[in-house]
Amino acid sequence: MYQLVCELDDILPNAGVAALVGDEQVALFRVQLEGKEHVFGISNYDPFSDANVISRGIIGTMGDELVVASPVYKQHFSLQTGQCFEDETVRLKTWFVSIDGNKVYVYDKKIEVA
Amino acid sequence: MSSQSETQISNESGAKRIVVVGNGPVAHHFIESVVQGNKLPDFHICVFGEEPRLAYDRVHLTAWFETRDAAPLMMASEEFYQTHGVEHFANEKVITIDRDNKTVKTESGLEKPYDFLVLATGSFPFVPPVPGHDRKNVFVYRTIEDLEAITKASESAKTGVVIGGGLLGLEAAKALHDLGMQTHVVEFAPRLMAVQVDDGGGSLLRNKIEALGVGVHTNKNTQQIVDGENAFHRMEFADDSHLETDVIVFSAGIRPRDELGKHSGLVMGDRGGIAINNLCQTSDESIYAIGECALWNNRIFGLISPGNQMAKVAADAICGEASLEFTGADMSTKLKLMGVDVASIGDAHGQSSGSLSYTFFNQAEEIYKKIVVSDDKKKLLGAVLIGDAEDYGNLLQLMLNAIDLPEHPDALILPQRDGSVSVLGVDSLPDSAIICSCNGVSKGAICSAVAEGCHTIGDVKSATKAATSCGGCTALTTQVMNAKLASLGMEVNTHLCEHFPYTRQELFHLVRVENIHTFKDLIEKHGHGLGCDICKPTAASIFASCWNEYVLKDEHHNLQDTNDYYLGNMQKDGTYSIVPRIAGGEITPDKLIVLGEVAKEFNLYTKITGGQRVDLFGARVEQLPFIWRKLIDAGFETGHAYGKSVRTVKSCVGSTWCRYGVDDSVGLAIEIENRYKGLRSPHKLKFAVSGCTRECAEAQSKDIGVIATEKGWNLYTCGNGGMKPRHADLFASDLDKETLIKYIDRLLMFYVRTADRLQRTSVWFGNLEGGLDYLRSVIIDDKLEIAEELETQMQSIVDNYQCEWRTTIEDPIKVKRFNHFVNSKRHDENILFVQERDQIRPATKAEREIKMVEMK
Ligand code: SRM
Ligand SMILES: Cc1cc2nc3c(=O)[nH]c(=O)nc-3n(C[C@H](O)[C@H](O)[C@H](O)COP(=O)(O)OP(=O)(O)OC[C@H]3O[C@@H](n4cnc5c(N)ncnc54)[C@H](O)[C@@H]3O)c2cc1C
Ligand code: SF4
Ligand code: FES
Repeated sequence: MYQLVCELDDILPNAGVAALVGDEQVALFRVQLEGKEHVFGISNYDPFSDANVISRGIIGTMGDELVVASPVYKQHFSLQTGQCFEDETVRLKTWFVSIDGNKVYVYDKKIEVA
Repeated sequence: MSSQSETQISNESGAKRIVVVGNGPVAHHFIESVVQGNKLPDFHICVFGEEPRLAYDRVHLTAWFETRDAAPLMMASEEFYQTHGVEHFANEKVITIDRDNKTVKTESGLEKPYDFLVLATGSFPFVPPVPGHDRKNVFVYRTIEDLEAITKASESAKTGVVIGGGLLGLEAAKALHDLGMQTHVVEFAPRLMAVQVDDGGGSLLRNKIEALGVGVHTNKNTQQIVDGENAFHRMEFADDSHLETDVIVFSAGIRPRDELGKHSGLVMGDRGGIAINNLCQTSDESIYAIGECALWNNRIFGLISPGNQMAKVAADAICGEASLEFTGADMSTKLKLMGVDVASIGDAHGQSSGSLSYTFFNQAEEIYKKIVVSDDKKKLLGAVLIGDAEDYGNLLQLMLNAIDLPEHPDALILPQRDGSVSVLGVDSLPDSAIICSCNGVSKGAICSAVAEGCHTIGDVKSATKAATSCGGCTALTTQVMNAKLASLGMEVNTHLCEHFPYTRQELFHLVRVENIHTFKDLIEKHGHGLGCDICKPTAASIFASCWNEYVLKDEHHNLQDTNDYYLGNMQKDGTYSIVPRIAGGEITPDKLIVLGEVAKEFNLYTKITGGQRVDLFGARVEQLPFIWRKLIDAGFETGHAYGKSVRTVKSCVGSTWCRYGVDDSVGLAIEIENRYKGLRSPHKLKFAVSGCTRECAEAQSKDIGVIATEKGWNLYTCGNGGMKPRHADLFASDLDKETLIKYIDRLLMFYVRTADRLQRTSVWFGNLEGGLDYLRSVIIDDKLEIAEELETQMQSIVDNYQCEWRTTIEDPIKVKRFNHFVNSKRHDENILFVQERDQIRPATKAEREIKMVEMK
């Protein structure tokens, strides 16, 4: 089920925050594309540095792909799929996110199962 | 005296004995050539030098004044000789050669047998036998001891005269001038540098030198030197005029030191010099002569590069295949004399029969150029350039490679105001053309380096050694590199990233000229897409360098790189470090106590950094504003340890306490740090100030280094520690503080404008066409006429400084962003510490797993 995590205004445009969803850390990125707001949810855990820091990375594009760069060793991860560009064996977990007006919801499977 | 025992190496080993007389640069080059040819075991070398030290770089003798220390000039070392089993004696003059028994004998009575004898005895300064030439305070300019003596004498001297207005004379005059003496040059001939330049060039040179405050007296034949009335000496000239002076330096030419050859009956030249053939062999086939004592084809070569060529030839003749030959050398030269560019190529005087010459004289800008061409106007024979020697490389190649000249040869020296390109394309040069004569690097060698992946001038320099000595060939080397890159179809893509088809330098310009303040504007106008982790921090840095706005302003925040994002250095575990500014490394006990108290309260790991300040590690992101609140209340401000910005100005204790200090280095360091703090730049900037030449602050390894002198401050620039250490260059000497700050303002802003992203000043400098001379012409002579603008720009940065941590903690919305979670007050449980040496450190992964289990 969807869980309310924050307001859209809590996230700066084209930047990220970390949210606690269940007992997992989700990095939420607010991206403005062609005037429309999107929020992407991707694991906050950076497997290369073993630290919860993905939300502090810079977002951008590589070719057509929306990506975030890890702030530690600068690997790039797709915001949509979590796939790492520098190492094809690494893929970060992603979450469904929905925006309703100014509210941001993250879809958390565990809660639904429970 | 001798570093080794006197046991003679016997012939039992079968090794042939090479004795080298003289240990100057050429002798040393000979020894290196033998070592590099891997011919030692088969040969044993013994070298005798008359000077008290091993071979040093005489070409750069004048640089001794920069440090007053011989060490930076040394070419040979005890260690090198020992490693290669080279027996070496300093302070040991060879006085006789016994050719029948093949032995040499030294002044102290040592005797050495030889199979091959190499004479590399160089030359001595000629002192005309005018009465009084042997008075006290009369010197020559050839050895380190000479310079030491001149320096000593300068302490009580007001005036100095150099007799001889040639190359070396002008170099010596510059030295006297820099030592603070009112300086004059006295020349016998009607013009300065009579050998290299013609009348027109000579008079221009004279004007330029006089403008520097050095007196020039030509057509002066010194008759005698006697006691002076107002100074130590009085020089009396043949035309009944006279000149009084405290110090005299003779620089009236050199003469080969050929006495050993003469006494042992070798064939000599009419006017001296030991005659050699193309193998550098003298009339005795087991004796060779190289360097300035040798006479080839009736010519003496008073430059280093022919000497080095002879050294190679002789080494090959004795130890190798005898496949090399010395066939003469080009004596063209390009120098900067007292700040004036001077170049002379080939037949500068047009002495070849039928030759024609073209002259260009721009009196307003003080530029003189002359070319000498063959009677059919097809080939270049010689040239003289004064005031602007940029064409030197091109002209030299035209002459050396006998390239056909364009239809109107005068086009070679006429200014090309319409921006048309130089007449000589590097494409027309053969691969064998020597581009860098100092280091013997051919066009072919540069091209292959480029093909192997050197795509910047910095890379080409370190791979080939081209352009690393006198620097005269830098422009040409760059042209060859660019042409090769183009031919490889590698138009080097200098675009910043896929979102901006511009270099950083171009973007900087656009931002400034179009007054752009936000990334959104910038990418809409000049880029496309969303940007990325390359262009965003670059843009942020450019905005900061131009407008110095608060970096966490909403429209800038999301552009900032890892460390700027939270104004702290992110550590491996996602925690941050805190480095308050401690300007100049000076701190009161009270403030030190505050640091300790804050560290204790928040349980931070504490360490003294390499930059003379204190680093507090292990702060969780949400703790940062609280920690900084305490620090700011106690009077600290941010240290920008996280930014590509000014870091620290290291200082030594200086004259306030130190018994050697000549000026207040701490005071200046603090002043400089406070002036430039907050300046963001393409990469970080580090400074240091030392109180005297002992250099305890290591200023010569910094981007900007300052060292106190008796007369002011010496400014060094573009040094680097780190991965590829680079010794800084002396940029200007004995500056007063105002000028010093002016130059630093200009230097830093020029770097900020023109460097690439993440390019330290050292790398930037390595890629700067024209090197140090060019940089000086921009910063000191204001060649680009931007100095004022650079200063204004810097002043605006200084005026707009703010402590960004203070701004941050005063804004509750910003403070909120430091929470780890947007939706929870909890902190990141992945961050765990263990104790080590009484402080915290991040837990390793294994330790963390154990702890997590314990906690559950
Ligand atoms: C803390 C400190 C080490 C220490 O405990 O002493 C340090 C720590 C770091 N250095 Fe350094 N350097 C520190 C002095 C130096 C020095 C010595 C000096 O400044 O006198 C050097 C060599 C001098 C020089 O830069 O020319 C130095 C050469 C580097 C380099 C290599 C730079 C280069 O040009 O090759 C890097 C990497 C880089 O910048 O790309 C680096 C990068 C770093 C980073 C920022 C690495 C990183 O990205 O995490 C380290 C994090 C600092 C932190 O978390 O606070 N650090 N680093 C020193 C902080 C000084 C200060 O007070 O600000
Ligand atoms: C101030 C200055 C600036 C210069 N600038 C330039 C420049 O810009 N470009 C350039 O190309 N050249 C320049 N030169 C010239 C260059 O330094 C010489 O060409 C070079 O030093 C010649 O080297 P060498 O080994 O043949 O002779 P030297 O350097 O004279 O070395 C010979 C050595 O042999 C020793 N010796 C002599 N006789 C004996 C003996 N009997 N027993 C033992 N030892 C003996 C001498 O003491 C001396 O140390 C400059 C020279 C000076 C002084
Ligand atoms: S550099 Fe000179 S003044 Fe400074 S501490 Fe060292 S010896 Fe003293
Ligand atoms: S010619 Fe002197 S460095 Fe190349």
